[in-house]
Amino acid sequence: MTSSAAVVRLEHVSKRFGPEGGPEAVSDLSLEIPAGEICVLVGPSGCGKTTTMKMINRLIEPTSGRITIDGEDVMALPAVELRRRIGYVIQQVGLFPHLTVAENVAVVPRLLRWPERQVRERTDELLNLVRLQPSTYGDRYPAALSGGERQRVGVARALAADPPLMLMDEPFGAVDPILRDRLQNEFLRLQAQVRKTIVFVTHDVDEAIKMADRIAILQRGGILAQYDTPDAILAAPASDFVAHFVGADRGLKRLSLGRVRDLELGKPITARAGEPRDELRHRLEEAAADFVLLVDDTDRPIGWISRAALGGDGTVTVDDAIPGSPTLEPESTLRDALSVMLGSSVQLGVVVDDDERVLGVVSVDAISDVLRAAPARPS
Amino acid sequence: MTEGEPFFQLDWVLEHLDTLAQRIGEHMLVTVIAVVAGFVISFGLALAVRRYPRLYGPILAVSGVLYAIPSIALFVLFIPITGLSLLTAEIALVSYTLVILVRNIVTGLRGVPAEVIEAARGMGYTDRQRLWRVELPIALPIIVAGVRIATVTTIGLVTIATLIGMGGLGYLIVNIGVQQRFPTATITGVAIVVLLSTIVDFGLLAVQHRLTPWAKAREA
Repeated sequence: MTSSAAVVRLEHVSKRFGPEGGPEAVSDLSLEIPAGEICVLVGPSGCGKTTTMKMINRLIEPTSGRITIDGEDVMALPAVELRRRIGYVIQQVGLFPHLTVAENVAVVPRLLRWPERQVRERTDELLNLVRLQPSTYGDRYPAALSGGERQRVGVARALAADPPLMLMDEPFGAVDPILRDRLQNEFLRLQAQVRKTIVFVTHDVDEAIKMADRIAILQRGGILAQYDTPDAILAAPASDFVAHFVGADRGLKRLSLGRVRDLELGKPITARAGEPRDELRHRLEEAAADFVLLVDDTDRPIGWISRAALGGDGTVTVDDAIPGSPTLEPESTLRDALSVMLGSSVQLGVVVDDDERVLGVVSVDAISDVLRAAPARPS
Repeated sequence: MTEGEPFFQLDWVLEHLDTLAQRIGEHMLVTVIAVVAGFVISFGLALAVRRYPRLYGPILAVSGVLYAIPSIALFVLFIPITGLSLLTAEIALVSYTLVILVRNIVTGLRGVPAEVIEAARGMGYTDRQRLWRVELPIALPIIVAGVRIATVTTIGLVTIATLIGMGGLGYLIVNIGVQQRFPTATITGVAIVVLLSTIVDFGLLAVQHRLTPWAKAREA
């Protein structure tokens, strides 16, 4: 798929529902959402996040200020035409119960009067994209789908006319936690392919951190408290409100963003069964280390041997090793790495490649260094 | 009925099949006109309610009062104005369908889930497209249910319209059966009315199932 993504700009946007002089739902909000990024609007209820999103496709019209999509003012077009160019996904999905799955996906292309053959091709393409076999699912009615399937059809329907921008209002809010996690991962994979600009509303900080390229944290009255990358917000909350909102465990949350591959790996002292014990003792002393890592002939880790267990003469055997704790991969999150280390007697995590060969080790110190370092900037 | 004559004479029925067919035709014509006219008026009122929800209370109140007037009274009421005419009969019959049809159409439209309406707006349906392509199709089962009740009710009421000279099956039941003391005609007339109601009711249900295959998927 090759459609471009749009830059969305909000300039001093305010919305007041009551009479003049009354409280504002959104107050002098300015944001620039770069093309192809997921921007998550997050905040407590009453913070105006949904109002802000709905002003972009004019389900709600701003009281003042300007919103542009790729430089074009949203007020310049009739509202229905604007909306047909913007994908829209809501929490309860809102599939049309009287239309089949294929007909639901085809709604916007048909409103745009695409030729029928093109509509059909596009519908199949999208159903495949969200991993629903068109021949199996195309003719079913929404009532016959599971919650997860409905949500996927909702996403396919929003993508149907290949809009450069998608608005998603708590799209995974109504499903159970396990399914939510799966749908989030699927959506991130999908986004890696389609690269749309996405405005995503949620009240769930963890979801925001997971999904966002950038997070806009709003506080009551639609005031922008902070707008930055998840890592930057977690590393340096701009105010007490933000710090409180992201939670006292923001250090740990930040660890979910980092990957083991981002760390500089330490080189462990390794040994193979049959090496002389006195020589290993000597190598540990030289390196001022306390453990050697016993590996097999193909460099796969077997377990750690402590300096104390290396006493005596002769050679090391597999029986000397403390049976291995779980290994880590470069793709593991720092949070998982920390968890493995805390559970291991040596406080080190062994990182292995796809063939399970040792790549290196990570230490608690290395992770703590990351948390102290300045936040990562998006590339 | 004279002494020694059987209570029900099948011969009479078989000899008068063409008359019966003619009476059924008259009966159905009056019924269809009433239901169609009632539906058109109710549909307009329901659309007004969709746009201005505050109209619903007054509309229900007025149609409810009309419904409460005994049918004979309503016929008689209009005779001085419109005479012993089809129009008099239809004014009464249409009045009775309103409360049923308005209520079912409005209930059907209001039963469209809020998220479906929001999705339709968000995807760029115009108001009219949303009404015709989303709200009315989804409301169809409830609307058809109303049409079924209205039609069956009207088939029954048309029987009474014979009192103002509308013919139909009421003519068999009352003018021949009761006034001429010929039970065969009454029994035949009542049986046909019941049969007609049942057939029309099931027929409309079948039409609804054809039109809304998705509703079955939801029930399953």
